[in-house]
Amino acid sequence: MKRNLTRLFIFLALVACLGLAATVHAADQLKFGALATLEGPFAALGEDGMRGVKLALKQWNYTVAGKKIELITMSSDASPDSAIKAARKLVEQDKVDLLIGPLSGSEGVALKEYAKTQPQVTFLNGASAAQDTTLRDPAPNYFRFQTEGAQWMFGLGEYVLKVKGYKKIVTIAEDYSFPYTQVFGFLLGYCQAGGKVLNRFWVPLGAKDYSTTVASIPEGIDAIYVALGGADAVNFLSQYEQAGGNKPLIGGSITMDQSVLGSKGRRRDFVIGTPSAGPIADSYDKPSWTKWVGEYRQEYPKGFPSPSLFCYGYYCATLAGLEGLNQVKGDLSNQQKAFRAVLSKMELKAPAGSIKLDENRQAIGDNFLTEVELGKDGNLYNKVVKVIPNVNQTLGWDRQKFLDLGPVGRDNPPCN
Amino acid sequence: MAGRSAQISTVNSQAVGVSYILLGAFLLIYPWFASPFWTVQIGAQSFILGVIALSLTFLAGYGGMVSLAQLSVAGCAGYMVAIWGFNDAKMGLNWPWVPTVFMAILIAVIFGTLIGAVSVRTQGIYTIMITLAISVGFYYFLRQNYPIFNGWNGFAGLKPPVIAGVNMRAPTPFYYLSLGVAAAAYAATVYLGRSTFGLSLQGIRDNDRRMRALGFNVTAHRILAYSIAALIASLGGVLLVWLNGRIDPASVGVWRTIDILIIAVVGGLGHPIGAFLGAVLFILLENFAIDLIARERFNLLIGAVFLAIVLFSPDGILGLWQKLKKAMIRP
Repeated sequence: MKRNLTRLFIFLALVACLGLAATVHAADQLKFGALATLEGPFAALGEDGMRGVKLALKQWNYTVAGKKIELITMSSDASPDSAIKAARKLVEQDKVDLLIGPLSGSEGVALKEYAKTQPQVTFLNGASAAQDTTLRDPAPNYFRFQTEGAQWMFGLGEYVLKVKGYKKIVTIAEDYSFPYTQVFGFLLGYCQAGGKVLNRFWVPLGAKDYSTTVASIPEGIDAIYVALGGADAVNFLSQYEQAGGNKPLIGGSITMDQSVLGSKGRRRDFVIGTPSAGPIADSYDKPSWTKWVGEYRQEYPKGFPSPSLFCYGYYCATLAGLEGLNQVKGDLSNQQKAFRAVLSKMELKAPAGSIKLDENRQAIGDNFLTEVELGKDGNLYNKVVKVIPNVNQTLGWDRQKFLDLGPVGRDNPPCN
Repeated sequence: MAGRSAQISTVNSQAVGVSYILLGAFLLIYPWFASPFWTVQIGAQSFILGVIALSLTFLAGYGGMVSLAQLSVAGCAGYMVAIWGFNDAKMGLNWPWVPTVFMAILIAVIFGTLIGAVSVRTQGIYTIMITLAISVGFYYFLRQNYPIFNGWNGFAGLKPPVIAGVNMRAPTPFYYLSLGVAAAAYAATVYLGRSTFGLSLQGIRDNDRRMRALGFNVTAHRILAYSIAALIASLGGVLLVWLNGRIDPASVGVWRTIDILIIAVVGGLGHPIGAFLGAVLFILLENFAIDLIARERFNLLIGAVFLAIVLFSPDGILGLWQKLKKAMIRP
């Protein structure tokens, strides 16, 4: 007993010495914290997000307004708990000035609540795209320079019904806030235009076995709307093809994203022609976009064939932070008041188009309807079908009527 | 069995007193020189995870039953705090904190006792399997139940109370609250280990057929052990939701359960203090491994450290130290 306690005492004394070490925060240095899902089913997406952060910082030479920038990274696993823990370390231990992240939808909703308790830090949303992060009860220091899941689906519903002729569908998506947002945005347009949803399948995040889902897909449908991400999408697509499934697919934004199309392994030719929609389109011909894609390819030869929307989201967030700091000449006094005012009014010249913020600090930007095609180099890319400019969070609806539709969930919209 | 080294101590009681005083003094003055992050996220969190791991150490070390459902019991207490009290989703019953905590502990202890009643006739690997199954089943149940448990989102906005004008969630008061609960749980475990009940339990662990032949009700002893472990775990669960301010199914998922097992095993299953040692090491690694090693590989460091400890010393860190001392004494 005595031995154990003495040991514990010595061990704790050593630990306490670490606690005494004050974190040095020089006046001419800025600290950026980056938080992404580097564990779990979205690990590959998180890595691409980090690439976006580092690409922006490298373009600015890790300096802004004469101050050096130190980047500290933390990992989460798509669960809200892990994101809060990681954010706590960045904010309370490393004392970052800016926090860029998180990646996953539910992490964003939880982090927004945490942001309210930490008014001295500005949070720039990485790629998390759940609706509730900014639509309801937003935090004054939480900025999202990227459109969210429902905005990404704007226009796709009418397109697949009128142009592709898919009149009856089922939906398959993961059971958490971001896929709810995607299905909500898609079905709002699809059902209003007259489409029918026969069933909605909700699978757990990280599910490996889709055999029951695949077996439950009814025969009399025209297409399957799939809103799965990362490893889940790869697993489902493989298992559906192996089971002999041949229904056309409609892709959610992260299902037909480079993170899945560019994944290692046998190329999935059966997804060629799949329509989807999102904040970017790989084969967009706008000069600022092709230039940015070229920079990504040069910097990260081991990355995806084209940057994913996660890379884009994190890049835009970092770029906004850098531009804002440059405009206020690095002044973060008075709880970053001047910096946040600049961010709220900023028109960010992002590679795929301009981004402005609305009154909840949510981005208004262009949306791309896409289709998967086989590129000349043998990789799969998204080609542009249509560009819809300036989509806002209420999808063109009156704000109060949009809020009255209720929060996203398993049964919203009812589509009767 | 790792638990065999939890013997009755026959050391000089004065020496024990001195080490208790030293340790106690250190822990009491810790918030005065540590930053708020270190006080709460490292200090208080170590106590809380240590308490939950202590419930596992108690069952496994003294009772020989490795139960992977302890975190589920703690999570049950946490969820009950959310449901009986206030939460952001406005799905709570809004009771004041004292009856809420009481109900949470009561329901968690009943839950733990039921788990014990189901697992009591199993041994060794089968106990692990059945408690793991209960834990995973509990996780999936929480994840798909929205009317009561709010599914994947869980509950947020869970605040500790303000007692006599002191906000319990401020760093220093919360630290002392966690320290108090951890000290009480530790003292109770040590005391129980030496009590008649504890000695009978250890006898049952070592040879239950002989104890049954001597007339002891082995089943009753084991179920009571589960209940006591559930009480300890539920205290940890209440503090856990007060620490994080939230609870969701991922908090009680299989990965977190394995974390608790790692904490208990690495610290040393035979020694109650091992739970807290393991918790400190685990939390330090969890927070700082990413600073020590490449961003994509930090989990490798955590895994390697645990693998090394378990490989070289099945009795955890404390066993390692004992071996080192023996090796140094031998000329």
